Amino acid sequence: MIIRFAGFGGQGIVVSSYIVGKSAVLDGKKAIQNQAYGSESRGGECRGDVIIADEEIYELEPTYYDVLIAMTQPAYEAFVPLLKPGGTLILDKDLVVTDKKLEPKRIKKYAISATDIAFKTFGRKIVANMIILGYMNTLLGAVSEGALEKAISESVPRGTEKMNLEAMREGIKLAGEGVK
Amino acid sequence: MALDENKRQYISQRGGKTYFMLGDEACAYGAIYAGCDFFAGYPITPASEVAELIAEELPKAGGICIQMEDELASMAAIIGAAWTGARSMTATSGPGFSLMQENIGYGIMTETPCVIVNVQRSGPSTGQATKPAQGDVLQARWGTHGDHNIIALAPNSAQECFDLVQECFELADTYRTPVILLMDGEVGHIRESVVMPELSAVKHTSRKIAERTEDVFGGQELIPGMIHYGEGMNVHVTGSTHLASGMRDVTTPHVHDELIKRIYSKIDSNRENIVRVETDLNPDGKARVGVISYGASARPARGAVKLARAKGKNVDFLRLITIWPFAKKQVAEFSKELDIILVPEMNLGQMSREIERFVDSDVVTVPRIGGVPHSVDEIYRVIMGVV
Repeated sequence: MIIRFAGFGGQGIVVSSYIVGKSAVLDGKKAIQNQAYGSESRGGECRGDVIIADEEIYELEPTYYDVLIAMTQPAYEAFVPLLKPGGTLILDKDLVVTDKKLEPKRIKKYAISATDIAFKTFGRKIVANMIILGYMNTLLGAVSEGALEKAISESVPRGTEKMNLEAMREGIKLAGEGVK
Repeated sequence: MALDENKRQYISQRGGKTYFMLGDEACAYGAIYAGCDFFAGYPITPASEVAELIAEELPKAGGICIQMEDELASMAAIIGAAWTGARSMTATSGPGFSLMQENIGYGIMTETPCVIVNVQRSGPSTGQATKPAQGDVLQARWGTHGDHNIIALAPNSAQECFDLVQECFELADTYRTPVILLMDGEVGHIRESVVMPELSAVKHTSRKIAERTEDVFGGQELIPGMIHYGEGMNVHVTGSTHLASGMRDVTTPHVHDELIKRIYSKIDSNRENIVRVETDLNPDGKARVGVISYGASARPARGAVKLARAKGKNVDFLRLITIWPFAKKQVAEFSKELDIILVPEMNLGQMSREIERFVDSDVVTVPRIGGVPHSVDEIYRVIMGVV
């Protein structure tokens, strides 16, 4: 499974891809995480990719993706054409307006108000990525929930573990309720 | 070298676990596992994370990290540190590696064990600063002037960054010479699982110490012992041509002839002890097409070979783990039954030319520049075009 997280610097894009990769390794799977570096990643568009597999991974920088998480309009527009047909698109619906002309065929679309929910429920927009992580993982079963919890706890700033885990559980709940 | 108590404690606390980390970070931890005491460097993408992690972690293991004013000074500092008995290392990328060349030559001429990590990026000059490449393969071999030999290893995963940097320290001490870990921006900047072993699994070679000042640069030995500064004996260390005692003699022809031939020979005559390759031969032995690759390029190359085999095509695969000295015997053996050898590399054919020198098969470069590694499909299509 090849997942691209994309958005704006500061939305926790890179850390999301890191957490998924780390969770996969905790599950005993193979994983590669890659991200935009240097001048690419400052004050603008930002991306983090993760590849999860049971076998050795040979493709280091994939061209097409199974899953795209788009957290901004430019991220959506730049990367949705790179989704594989039948792939999964998850976006923050308050931040992205979709355009069918850009989208490959038969993709599955999910749109939730992650940033808005993060602000209203937790008082912090920054945990929108955790809501997305919980939501995405419930839809796709990319990694085990236990591994995801452990990876989040070990990857977020000390003292914020509880809030981040609660935000992730909020995402799980939304997916369970069939919100899309 | 025996690990001191600080490092033993450091490794005991972290060993026996699986981590998810950058190749650069794995390289830094590997250096600490290797007993690195001293790091001097100057930040540069995509090698900065090596220095960042070393700066944070090496002091915890009792070592010293210095950010120098530039790469010339970094290379000079690690040579100086080695002569005080330290295991020393620096890390850089293309532009910094260019600046280090003169002092790498000094390290070779003074037979100084040290490790230079080059996380290759796209050049020449500042090129595509954040993007990976394998354009320094021949620079690693011939970047410094004069007749010399060099050892360079190329990891193809974060785990190998951890493992091979340790091997670099071992080779540096065994052959008393600078050793290059020729990473690339791709393996440096991907995160993967890395297993850091327990302390009991860590083994180190001891550096040979000379008994007399007169033997530090030769005497009867192909690989002489060192004398460390501060341990009681005087020793003269110079980049100029010198006698076995280290004293300059830059005019007597046979002194230079014997010195340079010995320094060259200590790596050349040990080629079979140094060189490591990995092969994946077609199970029924009928392949007429082979693929040779190294570093990050070897990942999609191996994937493409597996894909071609799944389609019923017979293809052999060889990965160069040791880049220099060149695996001429292994490559010649590999090529025997092959009509054509494909060489995917992230440059315009630097290693292909070296391979051509030792095989009768046709050698075809599968080049990739521009800052993005080969895709599996790209190499697969080339294989299918020639099988």
